[in-house]
Formats: sequence, C-alpha cells, structure tokens
Amino acid sequence: MSVNPELQGRVFPPVASYLVGREKVREFSRAVFATNPINHDPEAARAAGYADVVAPPTFAVVVQEATLAQLLAEPDAGIDFSRVVHGDQRFSFSRPIVAGDLLTATLTVASVKSLGGHSMVTAESRVVDAAGAHVVTATSTLVVRGDE
Amino acid sequence: MSIESTTPRLDDLVVGAVVAEASFPLTRDSLVRYAGASGDFNPIHYRDDVAVSVGLPGVLAHGMFTMGLAVQPVVDWAGDPGRIVDYQVRFTRPVLVDPVAGAVVTVVAKVGAIDADAGIARIDLTVSFNEVTVLGKAQVRVRLAAAPLSDA
Repeated sequence: MSVNPELQGRVFPPVASYLVGREKVREFSRAVFATNPINHDPEAARAAGYADVVAPPTFAVVVQEATLAQLLAEPDAGIDFSRVVHGDQRFSFSRPIVAGDLLTATLTVASVKSLGGHSMVTAESRVVDAAGAHVVTATSTLVVRGDE
Repeated sequence: MSIESTTPRLDDLVVGAVVAEASFPLTRDSLVRYAGASGDFNPIHYRDDVAVSVGLPGVLAHGMFTMGLAVQPVVDWAGDPGRIVDYQVRFTRPVLVDPVAGAVVTVVAKVGAIDADAGIARIDLTVSFNEVTVLGKAQVRVRLAAAPLSDA
C-alpha cells in the first residue's frame, strides 16, 4: 500500500476544540525544562503582558496531535503508521499559546511527494482561537517508508 | 539598571556569535515525564523490548522532546517565551537513552541572520548527542526590539 497522491490539497474538518489549562502548561513546561517564570507563574505572565501562563513553543504539538491522528485514520490515505517517520517539524506563531485559550485546529495536506520509493506527506495544521484569529500553524513532514 | 536592559537587542547582535549554550542530562524518567505531558505514549520511548522488536538499538527520546528542550536556552536568552515567532527542525539522528547512564543532549545557539526591518533575529541551533548532531536546520526566529524601551 502506498500513500494516495490525491490526498494533496485535502482539507479535513476541524477537530474538537482544545482548552489550554494552566496546570497542563506547567506540566509541559517542567517536562521540556522550561524554567522561565512566564511559563509557570500567572503573576509573572501578567507582568509581561499575558492573560495567564504562556506555553513553551512546542506545546502546540499537543493541539496539533488530534489532526495528525485524523490524517492517519483517513480510510483512503494509505498511510501505514508502522512505516511513518517524523521528518520535519515547524511552528509559525502569530502569538504564543496562553492558558485559557480555546483552540481549534484544521489540517490541510499541503503536499504528497514520492522520493526513491518513500512518500513525503506535509501536513499543515492551522490553529485559531475562540475569536477565529490565527495563533499558530504547525507543519509536519511525515516520511512513509515504501514496501521492502 | 532596568529589567529591559537585560533583554537582548537586535542592534547588539553579531552574526555567528554564540548567544546561549546548555546541556540537558536525560534519563528514562525524563522520557516518561514527557510522554505524560505531551500525550505521546509510543512505547519505543520507554520499553526496550518494543524498541528492539521494531529494529531500534534501544529506547529513543521523542523527537518532539528533543525539539522542545533545544529551544529553551534561546527562550532564556530572549527572556520571554512569547518572543519565539517561528521554530523549525529536521529530525536527522535518534537520541538513545541508556536505562542506567541516560543521555546528554547539548545545545549551542548562534545568531544566524538578522532581519532589522522585520525586527527578527534567526538563531541557529546545533543540537548534539555523543558529539554528533541530532537535529538539522534547527532555526528559531525571535522577535526583538531594536533599542531599549527606555530610549523610546
């Protein structure tokens, strides 16, 4: 089974919204050794101009994850998860993620390419806040190894 | 001396200069903690038997964990996680985490480019384990002021 080239350009329905919790931001911050008070202390965050604690940049992957699960589960995608390797990752922010944000992610398959028997799928997950304003776009390139 | 004066300014940066360095000793506990925090429970990141069964030499750190910690020295230098406007990496080599000895990941952050018009500095990361790089094209774009607020 190989990756369906017709996936390119496909836009998936938005996934269920994600409510960013203060303790989840703190837990994630501890896990990635983020020690800035703005990641942990609401007072420090407010003093820096934020409504609540600010998530580390790669916290966006937690919000993105449900969209990648949606892609892998797509019946006609032809993506065998046991053959998937994470190739590249990028986060492009309009603003940082802050505790209290209600975020909604929508995945678009930006490209499907073949390279020496492997497939490269680039998936862009656009994350917006409750007002519909852009917060971050998370882009993953997945390398799907071909049949041996 | 104001707090603002410790925040790096775009004017003061020199391409090629090292702005931050750090090393992160990782253990299996670190991987379990990241699994819980991120929700990525792929067992290759905490079970040797599963890792070996899929052809890996042993338990690996999550690529997203390595990406997540590697940006922290830049956040500390910039003084505010909200200054990070873009961050990208390529996953090139795995970080093998020994059950007893763990693993040490080192990060060196250098100024890669300065875009004065946009107010953005590109910081390039060299992220290594056992003296080989594990991330490629690891670039962080940081929004910085040109001059301290007190001069405005």
